[in-house]
Amino acid sequence: MDALETTLRSSESPHLRVRERLRVLAAHREVLANLTRKELKVKYAASVLGAVWSLLNPLVYLAVFTFVTQVLGTNVPHYPVYLLSGLLAWNLFSASVSTGSRAVLDNANLVKKIAFPREILPLSSIGVALVDFVLQMAVLLAIMVVSGYGLSMPELALLPLAILALIAFTTMLTLLLAAMNVRYRDVGHLLNIALLVWFWATPIVYASGLVQQELGCGDILGFGCKLVEFLYWLNPLTPVVEGMHRALYVTVSPEGTQVLYDVSLGWLALVLAAVVVASVVLLRFTWGYFFSRSGDFAEEL
Amino acid sequence: MGAAALEVRDLSKRFRVIREKPTSIKQRLLTSRTRAEDLWALHDVSLDVREGSTFGLIGHNGSGKTTLLKCVAGILRPTSGTVRQRGRLAALLELGAGFHPELTGRENVYLNAAFLGLSRKQTDRAYEDIVGFAELEGFMDNQVKFYSSGMLVRLGFAVAVHVEPDVLLVDEVLAVGDEAFQAKCIDRVRAFQRDGRTIVLVTHALDTVIEICDRAAMLDHGRLHAIGQPADVVREMRYVLLGVTDPGFVPEQGTREAEIAEVVIERPNGTNEGAILRGDPLTIVVDVRQNEPVDELDVDFQILDGGTNHAVLDARTSRAGIDLGRFDKKRVRFRIEGFPYDPGKYWVTVGLSNRSSGHLYHVQTQRYLFEVFDAPRVQDRVEVPVVVEAEDL
Repeated sequence: MDALETTLRSSESPHLRVRERLRVLAAHREVLANLTRKELKVKYAASVLGAVWSLLNPLVYLAVFTFVTQVLGTNVPHYPVYLLSGLLAWNLFSASVSTGSRAVLDNANLVKKIAFPREILPLSSIGVALVDFVLQMAVLLAIMVVSGYGLSMPELALLPLAILALIAFTTMLTLLLAAMNVRYRDVGHLLNIALLVWFWATPIVYASGLVQQELGCGDILGFGCKLVEFLYWLNPLTPVVEGMHRALYVTVSPEGTQVLYDVSLGWLALVLAAVVVASVVLLRFTWGYFFSRSGDFAEEL
Repeated sequence: MGAAALEVRDLSKRFRVIREKPTSIKQRLLTSRTRAEDLWALHDVSLDVREGSTFGLIGHNGSGKTTLLKCVAGILRPTSGTVRQRGRLAALLELGAGFHPELTGRENVYLNAAFLGLSRKQTDRAYEDIVGFAELEGFMDNQVKFYSSGMLVRLGFAVAVHVEPDVLLVDEVLAVGDEAFQAKCIDRVRAFQRDGRTIVLVTHALDTVIEICDRAAMLDHGRLHAIGQPADVVREMRYVLLGVTDPGFVPEQGTREAEIAEVVIERPNGTNEGAILRGDPLTIVVDVRQNEPVDELDVDFQILDGGTNHAVLDARTSRAGIDLGRFDKKRVRFRIEGFPYDPGKYWVTVGLSNRSSGHLYHVQTQRYLFEVFDAPRVQDRVEVPVVVEAEDL
């Protein structure tokens, strides 16, 4: 009987001990899996096409933006590959952040009645977005290989790094927003606007090479570099999306037009690594914030 | 008995009831001071629940029972005080709380079981049992939005009782389903007890507390009002329910040369439980033990109207001409052929005294309770004169 674990609950706001908490989360992985499955089921329940919808969405985007870029006369060769490689990453981010920030609110009935690690709620939102992402990515890669566009090394090695950076940054932000949203419902409204601005501040639809030409200096970390360009790269999604481009679209300047930002692979990898490190460090704090606030969720909903 | 499975120490919980809660940053900036009122849902509650015991928690609505359970389960954070818990805990605060209407019964079983701490493999193993217990064979692939409320509740309970935690917290869920299902639930609780698991039970069914709990506590306005043997705590609860607040009230007194061993109120249906109908027969059975030889022992009872606390009926052995004499143990039956009084609650006081001197050996004042309902009546036909007239218009 002495083997039984003792748990102490007190009035103190819980302090995050990462290792201990990871163990708790690992013990509740079934809840995460089940909740993610539930969200996926519910999302496509009672719809005829089901998961096909998750593939339809990027295709519609593709049609719309192909049309728009044709009208505007900006010519990006192999535009579908360019657009989709960035868009899928963006979709993972925006879907995670917008549903994840509402995850605690939307599951008020669970939070009030059942004790389980609250992190699981935003994490399952990310899980759902991740499933969609993997599905869409698989289709994109398959089409690329079949159509003969092909994949090339060593650029492809950037893909896992970019995805890792994307997931780390997304998780960090989602936990923060989910916790804040319980107290301040403004977060949801603010996020909608922010996501719109953010989408256009990231080189998804337009060629990132154009930005470089406009801002006009090649060496990002050089002292002569403009502040705007620095700020442009301060957006963590810029290196992520650019990493996706380099991994899948590969060619920086096909047939005269500069499509991608002209930076070296190594430099891009370095920036992505920096995003990973910074996100993980910040994650420690946003997670800590979420965790210490999570004790009061049931009361505040 | 083993160590404490739960140790609750000086637990307090304050809810801030804010009139205008600032749920936006703008409001937060504009309103300098929020008008908050404090509501103490729990006030310095301390109690231990021993390993392997079944603990009943009773009290009015709003007395803090559920808040206490939520603090113990870790859903709410106490304002002060601590809860120490040994072993794995599962809380069942609402049946089917984690059910999602769009999912099938089967998927909901897995989801709910995961919430309660069961792994997928464990759920696989228990699945057939769960379905059998809920009596829902053939419905498991339907979405639960098509279930009746009874089916939902059965499934929720079935999942919960197949989780095997060290400590199980149950809030007011035994009062669900039809009688047969309730009996099944009680059986399951008994099996839990046999397995040596700890149960904390919040309920309004006071008889259930006496029947299955080892210990009980009563909360009143967030404070621990009584704790101890279930029968005593339930009695206390019944006094409070009836608004009996007699400061000079002594529940039990006497010199105990003779003692009341047991009192049973026999209902007409042959059980000792439940309400009777007005006009039903009622038997008060008093088992008496003489600890020392006592002459001229008189056994009496009195029935008091719970609403007014006035005596409405009494009888004693001496008045009936019975001399009990000296004995070890004797059973006295007072049979009331038809209880004539209005619906309501009635208390029974039982006493042993000396019929000449009036000396009290043992009195249990208002210890026993029964309830009377109105019998549905078919009215007798009586002759009512009817005047019949006809006229030209």
